[in-house]
Amino acid sequence: MQAKSTCTFKGAGLSCIRDDRVLFEELAFELVSGQVLLLEGKNGSGKTSLLRILCGFREPDSGAIYWCGDTVKDSLFYAQMAYVGHLDGIKKELTVLENLKMSLALSSPGQYSIHAALAKVHLAGYDDVLVQALSAGQKRRLSLARLLITENVLWILDEPFTSLDKQGIALIETLMIEHCANGGMIVLTSHHDIDLHGVDVRRTNLS
Amino acid sequence: MSLSRAFFAVIRRDLVLALRRRSEIANPLLFFILVITLFPLGIGAQPHLLQAIAPGIIWVSALLAAMLSLDSLFRSDFDDGSLEQILLSPHPTSVLVLAKIVAHWLVTGLPLLIVAPLLAVFLGMPNHALGVLLLTLLLGTPVLSLIGAIGVALTVGLRRGGMILSLLVLPLYVPVLIFAGNAVQMAGGGLPVDAQINILIAILLMALVLAPLPVAAALKMSIN
Repeated sequence: MQAKSTCTFKGAGLSCIRDDRVLFEELAFELVSGQVLLLEGKNGSGKTSLLRILCGFREPDSGAIYWCGDTVKDSLFYAQMAYVGHLDGIKKELTVLENLKMSLALSSPGQYSIHAALAKVHLAGYDDVLVQALSAGQKRRLSLARLLITENVLWILDEPFTSLDKQGIALIETLMIEHCANGGMIVLTSHHDIDLHGVDVRRTNLS
Repeated sequence: MSLSRAFFAVIRRDLVLALRRRSEIANPLLFFILVITLFPLGIGAQPHLLQAIAPGIIWVSALLAAMLSLDSLFRSDFDDGSLEQILLSPHPTSVLVLAKIVAHWLVTGLPLLIVAPLLAVFLGMPNHALGVLLLTLLLGTPVLSLIGAIGVALTVGLRRGGMILSLLVLPLYVPVLIFAGNAVQMAGGGLPVDAQINILIAILLMALVLAPLPVAAALKMSIN
């Protein structure tokens, strides 16, 4: 837990050019534990591109990203982050339990056990159900359950509220507040107005 | 967080997935059997000619069957985002990718080994060459999966990568084809095949060590 309190997530001079179009330039941010960075902007303003750059899927066209003072490649970044993107990253031919076990095998165990996490996202009792039988909202909650079972400090979430109903959104907001209270940090994009009580939310507008 | 646990978890997951979508196992195998049975039909009643070209037929069919099955290696993971999660894992990507290749070989390469002796007898291959045929398949088909994985990793991001994939991968299969085909041919004539087998072992070991690295790099490129 000590690592959590001292870590910072920092980007400096980031820019992204896609098909000769500059999406953003000289973007900088700094995030310490307990904070949320909310990326705002119109469709096509580069929110997802920025998140993918933060995950390391894309190289920024300029600038660098630092985790706890080191560049991402030299740090424990990948052991301490979790990403939920547009694609759920879950296999529809596997059961709920098999999917979560796989995520767990790829990372290290975190705060919650699989069963506790499923109960937390209101999927208790769905262990042996094939994912293809779940609704879109249930799949989303399942992919968010991944955040709970693995050890991580930073959550990178791309439109986490997509296809969730009101209760689902409230649930994820509660989880996010809890994560920040435990010293975690979150970078997210959302079209939905988020309501995070008692959390330091920074906003960056990309357009 | 242990690497071996992640390695075997990936293999187990892919095997379970293959069992649940059975076509992945059945299609390359049926293709292999079908192509081989086409030759006697096309050539007609010339048992000696058939016997002479049997090693070539079996190996070329194995090559084509392996190539046909390659696309399933990363396609579904790419489409549903599982590949992103694998790349984000703190474990080295090349090791996890190797696990996927091993699972792919178990699902598509190993069944070929099981039916090959039957088809060899069907083509009139002499019995004393069957052992060598099996050995070359055992050493050669993993190489096909390993080299093929590089091609798939490069083309998985393309919408219509099928044709490019075969153009990329087939030339790289040539050394395996030459040495494996030659070994079976020689064994049929009762000649020693140690040299060819040794070269196949060397190719396999090299591919095992060297292929996962470019696969991991190519996947990172494809995903962006």
